[in-house]
Amino acid sequence: MITTIVDIVVAGLLMGGIYALVAMGLNLQYGVARVFNVSHGEFIMLGAFLTWFLFTAAGINPLLSLAICGPVMFILGFLMYRIVFIRLRRVSPSLDAFEANSMLAAFGLLFIVQNIALMIWGGAMRGYSFLNFGVNFLGTTFAANRLAALVLAILVSAIFYVILVSTRLGKGIRAAAADPATAGLMGVNINMVLTLCFGFGALMAGFAGVLISMCYPIYATIGLEYTIIAIIVVVLGGMGSIPGSLIGGFILGLVGSIVSSWQPALAIAAYYVLFMILLLVRPSGILGK
Amino acid sequence: MNIATFAKRFWGQGLILILLILLATFPLYTMPLFGSDYPLIFLQAIIMFVILTVSWAFFSGPTGYISLAPAAFFGIGIYTTAVVGKSLPLLATVAAGGVVSFIIALLVGAVTLRLKGIFFAVFTFGLVVLIKELLLFWEITVTGTRGRFVLLVDNDTIYYIIFGILILTLLTTYFIRRSKFGMAMQSIGENEEAAAHMGVNVTLVKVITFAISAIFMGAAGAIMATKWTYVDPYVAFDIRMSFLPVLMAIFGGVGTYYGPILGSVVFSYLEELLLTKFPYYYMLTFGIILVVVILYLPGGVASLIERLRQRLQKGGLTGKHANT
Repeated sequence: MITTIVDIVVAGLLMGGIYALVAMGLNLQYGVARVFNVSHGEFIMLGAFLTWFLFTAAGINPLLSLAICGPVMFILGFLMYRIVFIRLRRVSPSLDAFEANSMLAAFGLLFIVQNIALMIWGGAMRGYSFLNFGVNFLGTTFAANRLAALVLAILVSAIFYVILVSTRLGKGIRAAAADPATAGLMGVNINMVLTLCFGFGALMAGFAGVLISMCYPIYATIGLEYTIIAIIVVVLGGMGSIPGSLIGGFILGLVGSIVSSWQPALAIAAYYVLFMILLLVRPSGILGK
Repeated sequence: MNIATFAKRFWGQGLILILLILLATFPLYTMPLFGSDYPLIFLQAIIMFVILTVSWAFFSGPTGYISLAPAAFFGIGIYTTAVVGKSLPLLATVAAGGVVSFIIALLVGAVTLRLKGIFFAVFTFGLVVLIKELLLFWEITVTGTRGRFVLLVDNDTIYYIIFGILILTLLTTYFIRRSKFGMAMQSIGENEEAAAHMGVNVTLVKVITFAISAIFMGAAGAIMATKWTYVDPYVAFDIRMSFLPVLMAIFGGVGTYYGPILGSVVFSYLEELLLTKFPYYYMLTFGIILVVVILYLPGGVASLIERLRQRLQKGGLTGKHANT
């Protein structure tokens, strides 16, 4: 009994780390830059496939790929915001209209990225074996790669959090999240800060993709699943709240592993039910204002 | 209205009438004309997309709430046929598909249409997946099966029924949009708070519109289900059926009545031509067009046509009263 509980909790925490990372990325894009980026998961997919490709074709260690995928995704996200969303923000009559339009544009981007990936890699499942041995953890055994993923996810989140609270750029991001118009008046280069935020969001998605490819089989349509999870976690934790996303990720991971241990087929349904209840009862999230 | 505009309008209406009569009698001369049923099947698919797109635009166009639920209601229609299709007459089955969708839309709308626009969109998206997952779970654990066999109907009958649904959809959406109720919808889209202060019961209007739009989607699903011998939740609740109507409507332009019709005819034609041969290229083009239209042509193709028409009228005989 005790071991099953430990099993479930540890499994939930391992999954939760990745969820938290994915959600933090989306939170930067939606919470701060106000782009309802449904193509967030596509950056994850790209990161995962890039890692898989580098590992199988060139034998590059996935941990090293973090240093490759991160910057590549950052540049992609940066350009995407520059080309599409700055213009969209200018032509949209209101912030609400911008959110709706950004969602539709992001759906377009999703189809573009996903179908290019399908053309290159096809729809088959891919995977590779990395750090695939058992580790004894609190009396239960887990694959070492998942533990590594959890540690890295927490590390990345922690580093980003420090950047956010202690640097000048972090201050600019927080100001832009609180009130973009006033932040602009106070001398924050708002377009630049939002573009950087979007880039950072893509970077985190890229990191998450690397970690996911280490632990699970990947396929070209994997993105939307993680996007949905990210949306749920962002709403759960509170829009614009980075610690909220961190906590929310772990909560969702735990909910997932509890439901999976009882009825694996209902895990996704459980996420949606949680999400719907949350939107109706507390749409501002746990740590939201 | 002077004689020139009267003649022009008569022309337009006469053309539409002739087109409708041709469409209504299409099955009678498909075989002799083309030698196969393929054009008929082609037309069925196009009409299905017109129904989905027009009913999507009926709710989401004026109110500005983006619904990603068409796949859910379409799927509910499909499953209604799968469950009751063998025990009820065909027309009753189609009606049942519409009614079940209507009831579920009413419930979902009452719960969710208080949400902010963007969350409503996510919620409706979730609805499609939720229904699919729950159905799968139900079929695997309770009934122990996956999927169901559906009764088969001949192509002519399917065509007449789906054409009937199309006419009903076009008439209903046309008259509601021009009624006082339609004005209330429009006011919600322009400024919801102001609409509420003017005495519009905003939640009620949104919920009812949403539910009415679901009737046609459900009915379309119920009749299209008879084209497949076998359905399972993956076939029935295909999320693409939520995205395609949205794209088609936006491409055509949701600001006008004919925009969504135009968009859906063009795109479903492309879809039928390209999807089976080049699925990835089709979806890629789909994405590119979506982004380009949102960025550079927010009013859709219809806004281009309107602009062109205004320019022509300015130079024409009828002058500034052309639109009265």
